[in-house]
Amino acid sequence: MSNFISDISLQIDLVDIVLLTILVVVAVAVIRVRDLFEAVVLLGIFSLLSACIFTTLDAVDVAFTEAAVGAGISTVLFLATLTLTARKEKAQYSHSWSGFIVCTLTGGALIYGTLDMPHFGDPDAPIHQHVAPRYIVDSPEEIGVPNMVTSVLASYRGYDTLGETTVIFTAGLTVLLLLRRDRRSRDRSASPPTAETTDRRGSHVMRHAMVLRVMSKLFIPLILLFALYVQFHGDFGPGGGFQAGVIFAAAFVLYALIYGVEAAQRVAPPARVQVFVALGLLLYIGTGLASLFAGGNFLEYKVLAHEASHGEHIGILFIELGVGITVAAAIINTFFYFAGRGRA
Amino acid sequence: MSQILGLYNYWIVILLMMAGFYNVIARGNLIKKLIGLNIFQTSVFLLYISMGKVEGGTAPIVAEGMATYSNPLPHVLILTAIVVGIATTSVGLSLVIRIREAYDTIEEDEIQQLDEGP
Repeated sequence: MSNFISDISLQIDLVDIVLLTILVVVAVAVIRVRDLFEAVVLLGIFSLLSACIFTTLDAVDVAFTEAAVGAGISTVLFLATLTLTARKEKAQYSHSWSGFIVCTLTGGALIYGTLDMPHFGDPDAPIHQHVAPRYIVDSPEEIGVPNMVTSVLASYRGYDTLGETTVIFTAGLTVLLLLRRDRRSRDRSASPPTAETTDRRGSHVMRHAMVLRVMSKLFIPLILLFALYVQFHGDFGPGGGFQAGVIFAAAFVLYALIYGVEAAQRVAPPARVQVFVALGLLLYIGTGLASLFAGGNFLEYKVLAHEASHGEHIGILFIELGVGITVAAAIINTFFYFAGRGRA
Repeated sequence: MSQILGLYNYWIVILLMMAGFYNVIARGNLIKKLIGLNIFQTSVFLLYISMGKVEGGTAPIVAEGMATYSNPLPHVLILTAIVVGIATTSVGLSLVIRIREAYDTIEEDEIQQLDEGP
């Protein structure tokens, strides 16, 4: 037994197996509860657990993102939706047997499909033979950035990341179009809420939560500082534009939750936040165009400076900044629209 | 035994995937469906990250004295997928809010009744 435990990789396997089993238990609990509030909180726990698993599987950048997005922002957005809709699910009389049978059959077929898959952690698996060795062996010299995830994300696969940033921009735009109050309905409401009345209502929510007010004031500067660290240290450690954007937005969401949305909107006026959603994407495309005009291909950073690796550094810095700005602005904007929908 | 240990991650992924799938097809509540989609999505993330793991490897950040690194490519795909996932979830949630405002319910069968009714 001591021999069994002393093997480090087996220990990691054990941690992995235990965490995965807990994950399944939480997933089943999410299905079973009728109270949507409980389901959302369980979903937050589910995300945090999966972030732990990503860490044991060496995916530190992914774990970082999942913890910030899944356990943080996603939970807040779901809860905001619950306050606008309904808290309880309608009681259903029986389980859906046809659904259960479809799931069992699909699951059985998929499990049959895994039987000839390469085993977990197998270094000879096909996935590790194709382009991965190039990224692992050559990227530190070619790009000059220690974090391989950053060099693949921002340099080798810059086109993909541009596409993904565009998806986030489009989603931000769609939320704006869906939840915007048009001018007609605003005119129809008898007395539009003035800044003063809504202000009093907003601050009323957490007026007595002294601990929360004081602690959030202490934490918000640190969260913003940490977001900037994650943004600009992403080349060397885990982090980058996506994570930094989410953490930056989380600071604003926290402020809005505790001091009221109106107070947060005075710090970050929605009209200006919307401009930033587009500005980040334009910065990304602009970097691509700059390398085009400097004589290279679109998003080929090495022409941006006299030395190739220096050019890569400049290119990665700018496009990560663009990603960070778009992500942060899109999430702040989305939260403002969700929170603003219930008032007025 | 080695077969079970070697494929355990993938089996859990499939269990989670089916749990999310069941939530999407068997539940009438729209928020519950979105929660199911989120679980389904996380199971796909786990599938990719499990495949990227190399025995005895470490996180793909160059460090002294380390020779084996896990595959960075799945990490890149999934980290962007997570942020895209929250963006699409927020679009789904805002659709739910609009449906609630239009129909005053978020239960699928009640919405269908209202559509078919006089």
